[in-house]
Amino acid sequence: MEERKKHNQKILIKKCIPLYLMMVPGIIYLFINNYIPMAGSVIAFKKYNVRDGIFGSAWCGFSNFTYLFKSDAGIILRNTFFYNVAFIIVNLVMGVAVAIMISDVKRQGARKIYQSAVLFPFLVSMVIVSYIVFALLSVENGMINNSILKPMGAEPVGWYSEPKYWPFIIVIVQMWKSLGYGCLLYIAAIAGIDKSMYEAAELDGASKWQQICFITLPNLVPTMITLILLQVGKIFYSDFGLFYQVPQNSGALFDVTNTIDTYVYRAMMSAGGIGRSSAACLFQSVVGFTLVMVSNLIVRRFSKENAIF
Amino acid sequence: MSSNKKYQILINILLVILTLFMVLPILLLFMSSITEESTLIAKGYSFFPKKFSVEGYAYILKNKATILSAYGYTIGITAVGTVVSVLVTMLMAFPLSIRKLPGRSIFSFYVLFTMLFSGGIVPSYIMWTSTFHIKNTLLAYLLPGLLMNAMNIILMRTFYMNSIPESLYEAAEIDGAGYLTIFWKIVIPLGKPIMVTIAMFTGLGYWNDWVNGLYYINDKKLYTIQVLLNNMIENIRALQTSAGAGAGSVGQIPAVSVRMAIAFVALAPILAIYPFLQKYFASGIMMGAVKG
Repeated sequence: MEERKKHNQKILIKKCIPLYLMMVPGIIYLFINNYIPMAGSVIAFKKYNVRDGIFGSAWCGFSNFTYLFKSDAGIILRNTFFYNVAFIIVNLVMGVAVAIMISDVKRQGARKIYQSAVLFPFLVSMVIVSYIVFALLSVENGMINNSILKPMGAEPVGWYSEPKYWPFIIVIVQMWKSLGYGCLLYIAAIAGIDKSMYEAAELDGASKWQQICFITLPNLVPTMITLILLQVGKIFYSDFGLFYQVPQNSGALFDVTNTIDTYVYRAMMSAGGIGRSSAACLFQSVVGFTLVMVSNLIVRRFSKENAIF
Repeated sequence: MSSNKKYQILINILLVILTLFMVLPILLLFMSSITEESTLIAKGYSFFPKKFSVEGYAYILKNKATILSAYGYTIGITAVGTVVSVLVTMLMAFPLSIRKLPGRSIFSFYVLFTMLFSGGIVPSYIMWTSTFHIKNTLLAYLLPGLLMNAMNIILMRTFYMNSIPESLYEAAEIDGAGYLTIFWKIVIPLGKPIMVTIAMFTGLGYWNDWVNGLYYINDKKLYTIQVLLNNMIENIRALQTSAGAGAGSVGQIPAVSVRMAIAFVALAPILAIYPFLQKYFASGIMMGAVKG
C-alpha cells in the first residue's frame, strides 16, 4: 500500500514537470526583485561602502537608527502617519457619500457619466497631476493667482513656498485621484443590498435619510472595515509621487510634505545619506509587516474572502 | 414637488459639481496646451484663453530627436513590458491553480510572502545598479518592481480556480493532454477576461511610470515621455532656485504651451481607450484591488 502511494506520487510529480518549468521565470524574478533586497535590508546595520557591497561592508550596530531618530524621524513619521489618517477619513466619508448618491441616480446614462468621471483621475500619472497642479498654483501664471485672486483684488499667493496650505492641497489632490477607487467598491456593495428592504421601509413611511442610516450604512460596514484595515496596514507608506512631484520637491515645504518615502529617496541620493536612508527603509518594512499581519488577521474575522491569506 | 423629486435634483446637482471637480483639471491641461504662448505668460493658465495656437503640438512633431523618440520609448516599453509581464504571470498562476500540484502550498507562500515584507528601495537600488548594472539601459524601465507582482498572480490564480471547471481538465487528461496542452487550449482562451484586466493594469503601470526613470535613467536619449516631463519640470525648478545665475547650464526649457502639449499627448491614449476599457478597469478594481 505504501509502495503504491509512493509510486503514484512519483507519477504525479513526473506529470507535473511542465508545471514546475512554467514557474521558473516567475520564481527567478521574485527571487531577484523581492527576496535579494529583503536579505539586503541588513544594510541598515552596516556602514555601507560601494567597494565592499552590502554584504561585505562593516557592521555598525544601531548607529544608523540612532542617527535617524535623533534627526529627522519625528517629522517624517508624523507626516506619513497623519496624512494617511486624513486620507482614510476623507476616502471613507466621501467614498460612501458619493457612492450612495451615484447609486440613487435614477437616469442610467447620468449614473454612468458620474461614475466614469469619478474613476478617471485614478489613471492619470502623478507627473501629469503635478503639471495640472502647477497650472493652478504657479506663482506667475497659475490660474488661481491670475484668474481668481487678481480679479478679487487679492494679493497673489506664493503657493510653493507657503507650508500652511499644503496639508489641504495634498489631501484634495489625493481625494481627486483616488476617490473613484473606493467609491466603486461601495457602489458594488450597495448594488448587493436586498431591494425589498427599501420597499418595506418605504411602506412603513421611512424617509430617504432614515433609509440611508438604517439600511444602506449598516450594510456597508463590512466593506468599510475591510478598506480601512487595508489602509491601516499601509499607514507608514506614502505615495512617493504625491509627496515629491506634486509639491515640486520644494524645500520650503519639506516640513509638511516630507514623508518616509520622499525622505528615503532624498537621503539615498545625497552624499553620505545611505545609512539613515536604509534605516528609515527597514523601519518602514518592519512596521509595515507587523501592521499588515495584524490588520489582515482582523480582516479575516470580518470577511474571509478579502483577507490576503 | 414630492420629496423624492427634490432628492433627485439635489443629488444630481451635487454630482454635477463633483464631475466638474474631476474633469475640469484635465480640461485645463488641454486648454493650456492650445493657448498661445504670449497669452499664457501675460494672463496665466485659463479655461478661456484669448488666443489659441497649436504651436505646442507643431513643436512636438518637429522635435523628432527628443519628444517623438521619448514617445516611441514609452510605446515600446509599454508593449514589451505588458506582453512579458502577462506571460510570466500566467505561467506562474496556472500551476498554482492546480490543486493536486505537489508542493503547491510552498510555492504559494513563496509568492505571498513578497506581499507582506519588502526590502524597500535602498537595497533594491543598490542591487539593480551595482550587481545588474541596469543604469541607463532600457531594462531599467522594464525590470525593477513592475514586471510581475504577487497580487496579479493571486488574482489570476483565483480566477482560474473559480471560473474554469476542473472537469474540463479531467476530460482533457483522459484524452491524453498534458498540462502544456491544457494551458494552451483551455486556460488561455477561458482566462481571457482576467488576462485583459491584468494586461491593462500592467500596461497602465508601464505607461505612467516615471519613478524607475528617476532612479535609473539620466541619459537624455533614453527618456520616456513621463521621464521627459519629470525632467522638464525639474529643470524649471533648478532655474527658479538658481534665480537666473548660471541658468544656461540646465539646458533649454520648452515653452509652457509645449510642456502642456507634451503632458496632454502623454495622457491622450488613456483618454482615448478609457470609454472602451472602463468595464475592465472597474472589474479589475473590484476583483482584487480591495487588497491592492
